[in-house]
Amino acid sequence: MIEHFSAVWMEMAANPLFNLTLTLLVFVSASYLYRQFNNNPLLNPVLVSIVVLVGLLYVTSTPYDIYFKGAQFLHFLLGPATVALAIPLYRQLERVKKSAAAILFSVLCGSITAAGTAIFITWLMGAQWVSIISIAPKSVTTPVAMGITEQLGGLPSLTAAIVILTGIIGAMFAPALLKLCGVEDEAAKGIAIGAASHGVGTARAIQISEVAGAFSGLAMGLNALATALLLPILWQLFRG
Amino acid sequence: MLEYLTLILICQLVGEISINLLELPIPGPVVGMILLFLYLLAKGAVPSALSNVSSTLLTNMSVLFIPAGVGVMAHTTLLKTDFWPIMIAMVVSTLVTIIVTALVMKKLNKTSPPDGAPQPND
Repeated sequence: MIEHFSAVWMEMAANPLFNLTLTLLVFVSASYLYRQFNNNPLLNPVLVSIVVLVGLLYVTSTPYDIYFKGAQFLHFLLGPATVALAIPLYRQLERVKKSAAAILFSVLCGSITAAGTAIFITWLMGAQWVSIISIAPKSVTTPVAMGITEQLGGLPSLTAAIVILTGIIGAMFAPALLKLCGVEDEAAKGIAIGAASHGVGTARAIQISEVAGAFSGLAMGLNALATALLLPILWQLFRG
Repeated sequence: MLEYLTLILICQLVGEISINLLELPIPGPVVGMILLFLYLLAKGAVPSALSNVSSTLLTNMSVLFIPAGVGVMAHTTLLKTDFWPIMIAMVVSTLVTIIVTALVMKKLNKTSPPDGAPQPND
């Protein structure tokens, strides 16, 4: 009997349907928990889901490849969702046009602040060069950040982990922090969240308002471009 | 609805192909976003079926980051060297970036004329 169960379990755990359902079930439960605790940022559903799923994979010694066979259906939709950001952006076209100069300058400030403070703090705390390079593009969307790191001689896989965590930190604390700083302008909220915490932050900004989501998506794209161009120069100055 | 899902995928596909051909340092979906944006500019309005597809994708965008997140967090050994410098820099730098960017944007947006006011150069 037990052998039979364990055989069925092994088969189920390798089934894409199981891992897709598991991911959704964990996220839906985490979202429920989050609402139950009045949207406490420490219970951010993305963070809680990742921790729970990593724990489950570890306990059941399921290799990530097997898990991903199911989870990839969600992962795949990230591309189309990014393309779909064009719609809120188009709806805010008038506001974007009016604030074009302000948007460009703010994102530029954000890009330099993000890389500059990350480099400075890790350097001050005596981190190795490879860690300093790998954290520098942390506020940029994952594929671009990994490309920048690779170009400068860091570890792209370390960058990927840091980028995801940065996005989660932004998504967790941005709303409360912006309130604390008296920022009520939805456009300013969106630009700040997108520039500091890329797609994960943008997904959170969409929940704040459509305006914040549109500006966040725009800031994410502009910041990727600005950082890809500026960071190699900033890095030269810092090392020179 | 299906035709607009197809349109979104076409934009992404053309984006992926063009970054490969032109060796651009930006992701394919971002180019796809620009293409869809240009389509909307040409069309002059958002078709309601497209709006439905996009809001389904965008309101649930958070969950889409979980598979990648699980992947990178499963490789925790990477975070063992320089754990504290990385953690502290990550948190402080992200929060400072949010504050700086938001305050700059708030300041610049405020100094521009409010809605409907005549622009100096009009």
